[in-house]
Amino acid sequence: MSEISEISGTSEILRIKGVRKRFPGVLALDGVDFGLRAGEVHVLLGENGAGKSTLIKILSGAYHPDEGEILVAGRPVSIRTASDAQQLGIATIYQEFNLVPQLTVAENLLLGRQPRRFGIVNKRAMLARARELLERAGVDADPRTPVAALGIARMQMVEIARALGMNARVLIMDEPTASLTSGETSKLFDLVRQLRDSGTGVVFITHHLEEIAQIGDRVTVLRDGRSVGEVPADTPEPDLVRLMVGRSIDQQYPREATEPGGGTPLLAVRGLTSDGVFHDVSFDVQAGEVVGLAGLVGAGRTEVIRAIFGADRYRTGEVLVNGVQLPKGDVSAAMKAGLGLVPEDRKGQGLVLGADVGENLGLVTLGRASHAGLVDRGGQRKAAEQIAGRLKVRMSGLGQEARTLSGGNQQKIVIGKWLLADVKVLILDEPTRGIDVGAKVEIYQLINSLTASGHAVLIISSDLPEVLGMSDRILVMSRGRLAGELSTADATQDKVMALAVSAGPDTHESLSSQKEGTTK
Amino acid sequence: MTAVTLRGRLPGRLQTALGENGALLGLVAIVVVMSLLSGNFLTVTNLLNVGVQAAVTAILAFGSTFVIVTAGIDLSVGAVAALAAVVLAWSAGSAGLPWPIALIIGLAVGVVAGLLNGVLVSFGKLPPFIATLATQGVGRGLALVISAGSPIILPGAVSHLGDTIGSYLPVPVIVMLVMGVITAFLLSRTYSGRAMYAIGGNEEAARLSGIKINRQKLVTYALSGLFAAIAGIVLASRLDSAQPDAATGYELDAIAAVVIGGASLSGGKGRAFGTFVGALILATLRNGLNLLSVSSFWQEVVIGVVIALAVLIDSLRQRNAA
Repeated sequence: MSEISEISGTSEILRIKGVRKRFPGVLALDGVDFGLRAGEVHVLLGENGAGKSTLIKILSGAYHPDEGEILVAGRPVSIRTASDAQQLGIATIYQEFNLVPQLTVAENLLLGRQPRRFGIVNKRAMLARARELLERAGVDADPRTPVAALGIARMQMVEIARALGMNARVLIMDEPTASLTSGETSKLFDLVRQLRDSGTGVVFITHHLEEIAQIGDRVTVLRDGRSVGEVPADTPEPDLVRLMVGRSIDQQYPREATEPGGGTPLLAVRGLTSDGVFHDVSFDVQAGEVVGLAGLVGAGRTEVIRAIFGADRYRTGEVLVNGVQLPKGDVSAAMKAGLGLVPEDRKGQGLVLGADVGENLGLVTLGRASHAGLVDRGGQRKAAEQIAGRLKVRMSGLGQEARTLSGGNQQKIVIGKWLLADVKVLILDEPTRGIDVGAKVEIYQLINSLTASGHAVLIISSDLPEVLGMSDRILVMSRGRLAGELSTADATQDKVMALAVSAGPDTHESLSSQKEGTTK
Repeated sequence: MTAVTLRGRLPGRLQTALGENGALLGLVAIVVVMSLLSGNFLTVTNLLNVGVQAAVTAILAFGSTFVIVTAGIDLSVGAVAALAAVVLAWSAGSAGLPWPIALIIGLAVGVVAGLLNGVLVSFGKLPPFIATLATQGVGRGLALVISAGSPIILPGAVSHLGDTIGSYLPVPVIVMLVMGVITAFLLSRTYSGRAMYAIGGNEEAARLSGIKINRQKLVTYALSGLFAAIAGIVLASRLDSAQPDAATGYELDAIAAVVIGGASLSGGKGRAFGTFVGALILATLRNGLNLLSVSSFWQEVVIGVVIALAVLIDSLRQRNAA
């Protein structure tokens, strides 16, 4: 043991040099440097979209960098596949676990590596090996139980035990505490410390700043795809926040505020609650207003707007459009009342990828354009042509398959189908994710013209400058609750971030335990 | 690969005429080969024969096209076809109802069976494979129960559906063409048709665009059931009697015709014309192989290979496109 820690003090097991990664339309990583020593916990900190996920996907072999170098134990390596990563001793524990819920703990621990002879699994040896791994990780679980029967915390422990079984030298943990109660978190920290002391290098991603000093040794901050600083883990939180968000807003965001209309709010949400997902969410949106909904991924923003739109059900609370209450879980009623939703998952929820542009643009208005069951195809076509022209969709024609358009043009089509329906309140969930700057500004101008004509926009974005630049008012969610409201005048990235990571540990505890309760 | 670039250069109209995946080219090729191999193939009588042979499969397949476009599957159509015909014959015979009423009851049986599928799939959230497999069993069983296992004579008026008007106009072919036109119209011009494509292409996107998924699935499966009933009645009229074990396994021919015609089992794609060509390909193959005295055992082998090839070509094409 002492030998290992001696080596670990000096040896760097992982080094990333000037890594760049470009996706169509976005530069996800723009020069990242990062080093990990054996026997340390190195925290990776950054806003959503700063490049953390891309970086860990590069380390686990899911993506390949365009430029830059990765060295493992001083040797340059190329990580092409997940098994390359495994052979190099790099294990990643994602927020969504890589477990097969129906199989037993033992089978999951040794998946693909079950001890066998002539292709027949030796169950006894498998159980023995599984017990050993569970004991090393300090997990209290019977290897014969199906993974589905474990709670989230123990599933995570099983993942860690599996990484141990693969002799991981580098363990990457992506927000491991996001769904744990504080009791479970401290247990997890004990295990992480134990791994650290035995010489494993741990890359730890978290949004909870208070955890950094507890568990970390060093912190690397990513911003806009660049590593902007490496500081000790005991750096004060305000300094960390400044490093995370530190940049000024320029004319990238051409918001032209309009005087919000008084009287009945176009959209009113009262005490919306869905157990374990969001709690007691209330707010108004007036005509002519852009309201931003900020917060970290997983804070419940998408869940709230999906509930408002009727895509998901909620337990209590009410949604009123122009003072009229909407029934729960009824998308067409929400649409009729004048709500529109541009979902965050453009390809999965916004578009029919195999259908053409015209068909996609006409999807929302299909019912309105039908008389006695017959679709007015000429009218639909004309309307689609008009809106495609107005939004400057770059396409070969309405007959082009939606799949083959660029991200920005695809997004214009998802927005366009709602413009055709003349919605009163347009809800945009991450409207500019993965879209190039030019198309972004076009979408911002569209938001301006909507509010100028008396419509309202509710915008969710993990891009803080965007929320600050385009909203008239900002609501911040944290752990399923509205943590606060800021007017654009006195909102800063630091203030929004401070609210987003706020909410006392007691609310966190109750939320997580509720979540566990509902999954059982 | 070359096929893709070639298609890319073809004008859109021509592409449409050739079918989604060049199925029409395949049909032409089969016709040419069969004409060269057998002198009896390219005669008016024989071609009308092919049409009559294709009719039942084609009508079933038109119904299945709706379902497959929504990314579903309907395994019950063969059984529903038999049940509808048996109920019709029984109503007119044992129950002594006038034939038009018996006909309506027969068609209603198809719709009800389809609605049952639809309810199981949409509200019951059963996988379409399982739901329609269950309906297949129920339908076939009820047909056997009602008929006590033996054929029932059809009322005379209905059995004229199997006739040939003059010497060149077989009624089954007319019914097939009419159903084909109706299918094309429903799919391309009606709200439900367009909704089917959206549901099959991306159900979540369709739902978030305000399409009532459950309602549209009911319509889809009900149409499939109605088409199955019509196919069953046409089949019975050709045989002059409703047989409880008629159309056994026809659901697979119907699915094959739809898929050969360019539809995708993962939904969002498919056209009436393609399905029509697919049914013609199956019927032409069977007919030609018969003329060439190929044993019926080997015919099944050939047809199996053709189905695999058609889908293989389609999936290669899609992989290249992606």
